[in-house]
Amino acid sequence: MSSDTKIKLMQGNEACVEGAITAGMRFFAGYPITPSTEIAEISSQRLPRVGGKFIQMEDEIASMAAVIGASLTGLKSMTATSGPGFSLKQENLGYASMAEVPCVIVNVQRGGPSTGLPTSPSQGDVMQARWGTHGDHPIIALSPSSVKETYELTIEAFNYSEKYRVPVILLMDEVIAHMREKIEIPNINDLNIIDRKKPKAGLKNYNPYEVSDNELVPPMAAYGEGYRFHVTGLTHDETGFPSNDSNIASNLLSRLMNKIEKNIDAISLYEEYKLKDAEVALVAYGSTARSAKSAVDFCRNEGMKVGLFRPKTIWPFLEEQISELSKRVNKILVVEMNHGQYALEVERVASKNVNVEKMGKFNGELITPDEIYAKIKEV
Amino acid sequence: MTQTSELVKKYFRVDKLPHIWCPGCGHGILMRATVKAIDNLGLDKDKVCIVSGIGCSSRAPGYMDFNTLHTTHGRALAFATGIKMANPELEVIVITGDGDSAAIGGNHLIHAARRNINITTIVFNNNIYGMTGGQYSPTTPTGDRGTTAPYGNIDKNFDLCNLTKAAGATYVGRATAYHANLLTKLVEKGIENKGFSFVEAVSVCPTYYGRKNKKGDSVEMMKFLKNNAINIKAAEKMSNEKLMGKFLIGEFHNSQEPEYTSQYQKIIDMFQKER
Ligand SMILES: Cc1ncc(C[n+]2csc(CCOP(=O)(O)OP(=O)(O)O)c2C)c(N)n1
Ligand code: SF4
Repeated sequence: MSSDTKIKLMQGNEACVEGAITAGMRFFAGYPITPSTEIAEISSQRLPRVGGKFIQMEDEIASMAAVIGASLTGLKSMTATSGPGFSLKQENLGYASMAEVPCVIVNVQRGGPSTGLPTSPSQGDVMQARWGTHGDHPIIALSPSSVKETYELTIEAFNYSEKYRVPVILLMDEVIAHMREKIEIPNINDLNIIDRKKPKAGLKNYNPYEVSDNELVPPMAAYGEGYRFHVTGLTHDETGFPSNDSNIASNLLSRLMNKIEKNIDAISLYEEYKLKDAEVALVAYGSTARSAKSAVDFCRNEGMKVGLFRPKTIWPFLEEQISELSKRVNKILVVEMNHGQYALEVERVASKNVNVEKMGKFNGELITPDEIYAKIKEV
Repeated sequence: MTQTSELVKKYFRVDKLPHIWCPGCGHGILMRATVKAIDNLGLDKDKVCIVSGIGCSSRAPGYMDFNTLHTTHGRALAFATGIKMANPELEVIVITGDGDSAAIGGNHLIHAARRNINITTIVFNNNIYGMTGGQYSPTTPTGDRGTTAPYGNIDKNFDLCNLTKAAGATYVGRATAYHANLLTKLVEKGIENKGFSFVEAVSVCPTYYGRKNKKGDSVEMMKFLKNNAINIKAAEKMSNEKLMGKFLIGEFHNSQEPEYTSQYQKIIDMFQKER
């Protein structure tokens, strides 16, 4: 890391905005909702200073729409929300998947359903992040466990969205959003910032959804650059115009899904902690992974062979890694602040090899290291 | 006639024609009037962005050779707001239906007007939901029928011009498919207005509104528009009795207020100087 790294004390929500601006975010549209509100507030303060734009829209639906409009006009764009707002964004989130519009959607989860527990931590939107919008669709969701990682994963979220032309969800929880930690802000030259691929200069007859052989992601022009292309949420051919042709429909959806499936290695982010010789593996993400890590240390002090698998990429599901893990350990315990949403996926992949236990809490309280420790002893 | 074919060559995606609207639908006339306004102003096609929601009317941008965006139902103005913010040099025009703009998108309509963002919105108002098969809309006159108002609509209908003017639109006008030249004029002035412009373009939907309400065929519906529209200037001198059952067309409102993207640019400039 270069010499001019800056050390700062920062809140998760703040780190998210800083990461976004570093990644090149120049447009934010949002509607305030706890516990994501600071992301809008800080964006409103920071964006005009870097020549970017902020707008507080009339609701979350409009915010998601404005983000897509701005992204199609060439700006890296983001919105942030929590639970109920995330529900409202779903229709246009599907639009962004279908029309392949890069954008980042931050969801600082809160307890639900409905308005639920506004100011309490929760991880209840794991499945909504995957399947919230209607229809099969590609999606990426990342979940940070610290303030520093929030900064890093926000940049990664923009990179993935630009590279694969997909909406990327940053799935945070209230603990990470509101906690303050020391963070090193790296020099921008040390970071990898990815921008969308542009069509070749001077290209006549630009087709917004035309891919060359072996490519999955079409280059992307911006409105106003002279290409005059059409974008729709309807099933479309490579020209961008609607089509009912069943071959075109199935090819389009396959390509959209393949963008993620064929690049899964490049999108799979995770951390393993003391897993090498572990007999029991904890699986936890977000703030819960911090408690799980402490629980691993408690157990290790007592000579119990426990380790932690911590996915940072929540979607696509880390199938290969979890499957491999299930062959190595005697037991998997999935710990999360919900009724067992991520555990469902782990069970799907791992239960043929190993016993999968789950530990969920959904009362608006954190899962403590002690509780996890007690559960490990029990299982 | 030659004039129309030149317009078609110049501004339409000829390979996407013929359009899918029913014979006798007013939407084609409204689309032509819109393009005529763009032509009269000599706008650069690359700098025009046309955005729509979902509905029969919202199919228009697909035929028009500009930067075009067909969005989700009701959300055209929210998408358009992002586009205009991202690149204020683009001339952003929204084509939307009465259901699209006033029901599901009603909130976006009043807020875009309130911000006075430099977008021109043209509502193709056929007083019904065309694409979904003739259900009543927020502009279906009270008492009229739709497939979901089999006993007559008991909702009170919106006057979209009054609504948007009250919400803060700085240019407001209304014309009809019969008064296409007036419509072109209003759209031109709407585009020229530096702020939120709202033009209501009264259409005819013989397939649903016409048939459900025994309004006759397209020609008869056009005659109705001709005989019942009164220019707002002429109306000033007319008695209330004479105005009974009539509706107003023309320029309703034209004012100057600070425009949203310019106001935001001032904030950006403040920091540009500082740096
Ligand atoms: C969220 C959502 N709800 C409902 C629909 C179904 N829908 C499509 S078009 C339409 C109404 C269109 O009416 P209008 O805006 O008046 O346009 P017209 O077709 O009459 O020109 C509806 C309800 C939809 N596409 N999306
Ligand atoms: S249903 Fe009505 S509005 Fe739609 S195309 Fe037919 S006539 Fe036009």
